[in-house]
Amino acid sequence: MKRNQFGHSPLPYLLIAPQLLIILIFFVWPAVQSVRLSFFLEDPWGLSRSFVGFDNYTSVLSNSQYHSTALFTLFFSAVVTVLALGVALLLAVKADGIIRGAKTYRVLLIWAYAVAPAVAGMIGLFLANQHIGPLFPLFNLLWDFDNKTDSADATFWLTLVCVWKQVSVNFVYFLAGLQGIPRSVREAAALDCQSGFRRFWTVTFPLLAPTGFFLMVINITYAFFDTFPIIDTLTRGRPGGSTFTLVYKVYKDGFLGADLGGSSAQSVILMVVVMLLTIVQFRFIERKIHY
Amino acid sequence: MIRFVSTLAATALLATTAQAATEITWWHAMGGKLGETVNSIVGEFNESQNACQLNATYKGGYEETMTAGIAAFRAKQAPNIIQIFDAGSATIISAKGAVTPVADLMTENGVAFDKEDYIPGVRTFYADSDGKMIGMPFNSSTPVMYYNKAALAEAGVEPPKTWEEFEIAAPKLAEKGYIALSQSHGPWIWSENFMSRHNLPMSDRNNGFDGPATKIGYNNEDLRMHFHKLKEWKDKGWYGHYGAKWDDNKVPFEKKEVAMWIGSSGSFGGLKDTTDFAFGTAGLPYWKSIVPGEPLHTFIGGAALFTFAGHEKAQNECVAQFFTHLTKPETQYFWHKETGYVPVTKAAYDLAKTDGYYDREPDAEVGILQLSEASAEWNKGYRLGFYPQIREVLYREYDKIFNGDVTVEEAFNTIEEESNELLARFAKTTGM
Repeated sequence: MKRNQFGHSPLPYLLIAPQLLIILIFFVWPAVQSVRLSFFLEDPWGLSRSFVGFDNYTSVLSNSQYHSTALFTLFFSAVVTVLALGVALLLAVKADGIIRGAKTYRVLLIWAYAVAPAVAGMIGLFLANQHIGPLFPLFNLLWDFDNKTDSADATFWLTLVCVWKQVSVNFVYFLAGLQGIPRSVREAAALDCQSGFRRFWTVTFPLLAPTGFFLMVINITYAFFDTFPIIDTLTRGRPGGSTFTLVYKVYKDGFLGADLGGSSAQSVILMVVVMLLTIVQFRFIERKIHY
Repeated sequence: MIRFVSTLAATALLATTAQAATEITWWHAMGGKLGETVNSIVGEFNESQNACQLNATYKGGYEETMTAGIAAFRAKQAPNIIQIFDAGSATIISAKGAVTPVADLMTENGVAFDKEDYIPGVRTFYADSDGKMIGMPFNSSTPVMYYNKAALAEAGVEPPKTWEEFEIAAPKLAEKGYIALSQSHGPWIWSENFMSRHNLPMSDRNNGFDGPATKIGYNNEDLRMHFHKLKEWKDKGWYGHYGAKWDDNKVPFEKKEVAMWIGSSGSFGGLKDTTDFAFGTAGLPYWKSIVPGEPLHTFIGGAALFTFAGHEKAQNECVAQFFTHLTKPETQYFWHKETGYVPVTKAAYDLAKTDGYYDREPDAEVGILQLSEASAEWNKGYRLGFYPQIREVLYREYDKIFNGDVTVEEAFNTIEEESNELLARFAKTTGM
């Protein structure tokens, strides 16, 4: 078999080297370390260490608190993703239709993106504070709201703050996606179909699907990992351990509890779960999307 | 604030003039007003001599400070001195070779050190099973009860000494529109010090002093009874549970919604700044039905200072010098007055007495008087592994008891099961 050989220049390798180096240092190396640590039990100071095989995994997986944390994480991530995408899409569609003052609306909708997650958590903390928070009495007009002691209220409020923080990012992408749909397609659709609602679902939405899919992947990752600073400032997993996500538990057990082996086992499990989730997304959902 | 700024200025000045000074570092967990007081003590030490330059850094709360210390030690970047809280004492004391015992540090550097100079509760808590002091007691506190004087007078009640008396006073306070009680630290106040005040064992193996414990003592009839009562009081509107955070439970007292609040003796200084009403201090109530005789002392809480091993001799000398400065009666008295933490040496306590401080501020003596009450078998201290995580289990289950998710029995079964697992895990890490 004859193959065409081209003279390769080393330039491309040189250009991707910095990126590869970053991945190696900040992802591959720590990942290998945590896989290794997950098979050991060691004291907090690293003075002694003993190989325990899969003990760390079995003790994590048999812990009932870990099960409820896993369930909460799934529920929380699903709700945050659906709401953050849904609200952003609605806002983007509405903002896209506006002609006068469009820029002002956009800026107003986007600027929450500039708020750091920890700051968003603090804002949430103050807004719902029993003594100084304006939202506390407002919620209490509707029901007996107490996010410090009631698990459901704490979950509700945490979800709302996390969604609020993410909506602006999604909005930017959706708006860009909408503006990327050719005018001619829209006009043709408008001639064929009177119902704006139907036009949206049959024409606009499929054309937005690539953006939507990308955002779904991003949002699930956000709900799994990047909500950490909001949880840490707003609830710290309380009340009654009801707002613990898997990644927050890794931090609590590993850093505050000084149990590196157990925490590494948890992070390896988490890594596998997210990898599976991403594979599922790309294999089954991406197929239905036409670029 | 002016003092703080002038201290900073003085430190900066000193740094430029005395270039040969040995630099040592101290990581601590004292924020806010406490941090300012720490800074002025450090400033005083740096001004008092030229050989050493101490740099104190605030590292966040107790847990964060310990975590930072562990990370730094593993990276071989440990500070000279670190402040470790009571719950972390097993973690640091069982780390053989990581820490130089304070008793050794002082004698090696030719500084006189006699553990008999320290008040009894302080002496035993941070010592090893042979009684050798490992940590230098620093901010020692114990839970005490603060009460709103006007509220109690309005209801015509005295601050209760026992929980039996509380049950008589609480409905009268409720009648005047007050929630009688709140407290800020479930594990420390409702668990550890419930055990010390009622002479109940925290765990097997002599509260963990004789080796890694494997069985927690919390699932006992007396503590379960106490929680049944607390739940009942909460349902009657006598007890307020505002979640697990310290401040969330303190603010209702400051806002005069709650008449009595159990916090730390070290809260005294801060509370004077944040309240606009007269408050008094009383001892932590106990059940007369469990302790019929004279009351027993509580655990010494707060934190101690530990010296990381592996630093140069010159630096260790400076640490010893600083500890001498810190435990001087004058420094201790200043710290006690500013913050409400108890003086750790007998000499400092005597100085406060002869100065007439307690005649002027009788409340300030409550903490140390409570710590001087009768000793018994189980109130010397405890040494339990992964205890910060056990505290998290307690916080979690107590939340669930009060919002009605679980019964008291279910909660304590979970606490026992999970605590024992954590203790066993810790025992394995120490290889014993």
